[in-house]
Parts: sequence; structure tokens; C-alpha cells
Amino acid sequence: MKTGIEMGLNRTGIGTSPLAAKASIQGAEEGVPLAGIDGSGMARVRADYVRDAEPIGTVPPPTSVKGAVLSAGQLLSGKRPAVLLDKLSERLAFERTGTRLYEALIAKMEAMPATEKLPLEEVRRFHDEERAHMQLVAAAIERLGGDPTAETPSADVDGVASMGLLQVIADPRTSILHSLHAIHIAELADNDGWLLLIQLAGSMGQDEMVTAFSAALDEEEEHLESVRRWMTNGVLAEAQREAATFEPGEAHAT
Amino acid sequence: MALDIFHERGVPLERQVFTWRDLVRTPISKLDDDAFTRVRIILMNGLETFALRLGHPLSWMNDDLRRPLAQMRRIEKHQQTLVNWLLPPDLSPLETTIAYEQVAIEVTASVAQHEPDPYLAQVYRFGLLEDFDHMHRFSALLDRLEGKDANNILQSYTDIRPGRPTAVEHRAPEDDLREHYDRTTAAPLTKLHAITLTGAEFQTEDYYMNIGPLFADPLARQLYAEISAIEEQHVTQYGSLMDPNESPLERWMLMQATEVYNYYSCAESESNPRVREIWTRFVDYELGQLHATMELFKALERRDPAEVLPESVPEPIAFESHREFVRQTLAGEVDLRARGTQFVDKSQEGADSPSVIYRDQMNSEGSPSELVAAGYRWRPGTELSDGRAKATQQEVGAP
Repeated sequence: MKTGIEMGLNRTGIGTSPLAAKASIQGAEEGVPLAGIDGSGMARVRADYVRDAEPIGTVPPPTSVKGAVLSAGQLLSGKRPAVLLDKLSERLAFERTGTRLYEALIAKMEAMPATEKLPLEEVRRFHDEERAHMQLVAAAIERLGGDPTAETPSADVDGVASMGLLQVIADPRTSILHSLHAIHIAELADNDGWLLLIQLAGSMGQDEMVTAFSAALDEEEEHLESVRRWMTNGVLAEAQREAATFEPGEAHAT
Repeated sequence: MALDIFHERGVPLERQVFTWRDLVRTPISKLDDDAFTRVRIILMNGLETFALRLGHPLSWMNDDLRRPLAQMRRIEKHQQTLVNWLLPPDLSPLETTIAYEQVAIEVTASVAQHEPDPYLAQVYRFGLLEDFDHMHRFSALLDRLEGKDANNILQSYTDIRPGRPTAVEHRAPEDDLREHYDRTTAAPLTKLHAITLTGAEFQTEDYYMNIGPLFADPLARQLYAEISAIEEQHVTQYGSLMDPNESPLERWMLMQATEVYNYYSCAESESNPRVREIWTRFVDYELGQLHATMELFKALERRDPAEVLPESVPEPIAFESHREFVRQTLAGEVDLRARGTQFVDKSQEGADSPSVIYRDQMNSEGSPSELVAAGYRWRPGTELSDGRAKATQQEVGAP
């Protein structure tokens, strides 16, 4: 069974080759006799760029007359409809990527031996729900006169933040447990994302949205609980599994 | 037993075939494979890239070579993919950078020690100390930006300490050109060395240019801008070692011989059996390409390839730690600077030297390589593992 948690010839630490590591430490000390953590110059450069930076982008204006009315603040009780549109787009982007994350997980589960299989039907249902949530948010954006195909700043930031998650699950070498770890991070963020969105929609008088989104949040809570349980059970079971024997030794002598 | 490149004919071009599944294999392990497996992969990607890079302009300027070079480039392209795709996706761009600099240090050190021409050996030692410093700067960035230990990649084979400071490596173009070898008298190994290191540095420059903009951190973007500029200087330096009087076909034949030599070196030292099988297969592919080129050379130039090529493959590149050689070079030559094609002590550089003027201009708004490594000393587990230091985020300048 491929779990990614076996002892073997990992060569990354200094314990792999104590003699060579000692030489590296001695070389570094000789090369920099007086070490000190001086980050003031780095901080200055970064602050300089922060001050000069332009925003990563904007929220597009409404695409319909109704949207224009909304953005003028007449149908929304908040002053900045752009904030709601931006956070809706963020949720849309996250649910869309979340759907793909589940697809990658399902593909990996189907390729794994039966012993490693999680309740596949349940995972498939979660996938379908993520997709339905995405469509729910798209419809909400349209009702506000926004463009659900546009990528707003928060949607973009969300894409950047999620890059590593897909990278983990899409890697054929990672195990189901590794993949569940990535899904777990996604579901944690997703749950809080929905909570925030519901609060925001409520503060802007969008009661219909609050009702629909609350139902989505119920499903997301179930996703999180299940993923957390599968992950925990998997790790605990792994710790009890019979281990293969491994004899450690010096990897190189230079 | 040494490989006789005149008698070993390898695999004929028409039998050098691939599939997409063949090209895209399970990559090596970042954690478990030996660092030199990764070094060999990066080096050979550099050589294949260089073969493509060289083959195109030769075709543009030589009607007779258009078709045969197009055929060989197609194979080189697939070889390049198969080799480069062995790198795993859990290596971040900055971690891969550490591996690139390990290639530059350990391969250059081996070449410098085997180079028969003392002037060229000096050039290689000169470049070595600069790449050695890049390792220190990038290791500081990896630690201070991502909180990662460069030695996880280096596996204690390579020192992490300052070399010739990157800030003083910036030179005027005329101080990057070197004397070239004489094609009529140079040892074949000298020619293979020059091609090897030009290819390795060229791919490093391109790699940094491709990944530099992927970084969000402005200091990382600056550091890649700065060090990629040095890699361009190194391409100028190493490229200028090749005799410009070599004919296009002569150069192409040397390129093929260089690939045979390098794949052979890789096959001789590879510890991963799955990867060794690839090196062995590509020794045979390159022999096939070399013999196809030799036939062209005989037909088009009416010359004997033996005028140009070594009888057998020279002693392989030593893919091993050259720690002591690097330290000796550091102790004796870190203060050398370039003036024209020669090397002088820094005291003889002169304030009016074109390189000093250029360097002062480039560094006049600050030096990224100095800032990123201010006070940096590598220690196992990153500098944050030093229990005595009370580092705060502000102190290390975390973004």
C-alpha cells in the first residue's frame, strides 16, 4: 500500500552524512565568522515597493442596467457593492477549483487498491455539491448585475493561495492521506469563506442570499467533518500498520 | 574501458524513437535520490537545450545543414524533455535554483581540474567562485523568504558560504570576453569542456529569466534580475572560449561529441538504476547522432573527423563533492578581477576601469545580493534554528 509514510533513504537531513555535514557547518562558520540576522536592508526594499505598488486589479463595473442601479447603492444597504461582488467572485473561484480538487482526488482513489478506498460515493457527492455551490454563487452575481465570468482581485488572490493544494493532489506520487490534507485545508478555508459571505450578504440586506448560502454552508460543514474524520482515521490506522524494516547508514563519505 | 567513439556507432537515427508516455516518466525523488542524480539531470537538460540553441542558427545560415540538423534537433528535443521532466513537482523554483547552482559549482570544479589548458582552467576557477557566491545568496533567500534549508537539496556535498561577492561580479562586456582556444592545437577535451559549461550557464540564465517573474517578493525579483545578469556574463565568458574559426559543421560535431561525453559521464556514476538506463540509452542515441554528423563532415567538408574528435571518450566528469578544491580556489583566487581577457588582483583594477564604472552604476540604488545575505550564515535547519538568536519577523525583514 502506498501511503508515503515509510522509513527509507531520505537524504535531506544532516544525519544522512554526519562527516560531510560537519564539514559544511565548519565551512559556513569559516566563511561568515560574524553571523547576525540583519533584515533591515531587506525590509527597506520591501517597504519601498509596498509604497509604490499598484493594486493587483479592480472589480469590473456591472454589466446590466439593474446592476448599475445596484452599484449606485439603491438596492443594497451597504455603501460598497464592489465588496460583495468581489467576495462572491472569490467564493465562485474557490468552489470551481474545489470541484477540480475533488475530481483529482476521485481519480486517485479510483486508481488505488481497494484497501485505501474512502467512501467513493460520498466523495462524488461532495464534488457535485461543490459544483452546485459554484453555480449558486454565479447566479447570485448575475442577479446583482455582475459578471460571473470576471476574475476579481479576491478571486485572483484565492487562485494564488490555492495553487499548492492542486499541486499536492495532482501529483501521482502523493497518497490519499496527503491529498486529504490538501482537501482539509481547502474545506477549512471554504467553511470560513461561506460564513463571511453570509455575514456580508446579511449586512447588505441580501436576505435571499443569506438563506441560500446558509444551506450551502450546511453542506460544507459536512464536507469538513467527513474529510477531517477520514484524515484522522487514516493517520491513526497508519501508525498501527506493520512497518517494513530499514537499516540506516551514512549515505556518502565526502 | 574507455568508449571508442569511432567504432561504437550507437543507435541509427531512424531507430531513435519516443512516445509521450516514454517522455513523461515518474520523476526522481527530491527527498531520497542522491543530489548528484539531480545535478546530472539539470546538466543534461542544459546540454540538450544548447544543442537545440546551436542547431537552429547553424541551419539558418547553411543550406546543406537544414534538413539533417532539423532531423537531429527533433531527437534532441525529445531527449531534452525526457531528461528535464525527471525533475519532480515538489521542487519549488527556488529549491531548483539551489540545485542549478550546485551543478554550476560541482561540474565546473571537475572541469577546472581536468582542463589541460592552464588559461582555460583559470577561467573556469574564476567562474566557479562566482557561482559559489550565488549559492550563498540564494540559500539566504530560501531561508529568509520561504523558511527552508538549502542543505536539504545540497545534501552536505557543497559548502554554503560567500565566494567572490556577487556585487563585484558585474563587469563591462569587454572584461567578460576571454582568449579562445586554437582549434588546430587545442586538446579535444578542451573543446568539450567549453561547450559543456557554456550550455550549463545558458540554461541557468534562461531558467532564472523564466522563474524570476514568478516570485511575489520584490527582493527575490531583484536577486534573480541581478544573478541572471551574471549568468549572461558567464555565457559570454565561456562562449568566448570557443574558437570562432571552427566551421559550423565542426562545431556541430563537437556538440554531438560533448553530448556523448556527458551522457557517458552520467552513466558511469549514476546511482539510480532507472535514471542510469536513460543515460545509457542516450549514450547510444548520441553516438548515432555523432556518426551521422561525421558522415556529413566527410561528405561536405571533405575532412577527416579524427582531426577534430578524440579517439575515445576522455575521463568522465567527476560527479562528486569538490569541497576541498573549491576551498583552495577560494583561498587563493577570490580577490581576482578581470581586466580584458586577463585576471588581476582587485588592487590593480583601478577606479576608472569600465567594469568598476558599470558595477557602481548598477549597484548605485542598492545591491540585492548584499541585502538578502546581510549577516547570513547557513546553519542546519535554517538560521531560525539558532536558539541563541532572538529573531523577530522585523529583524529578518520577512514580507
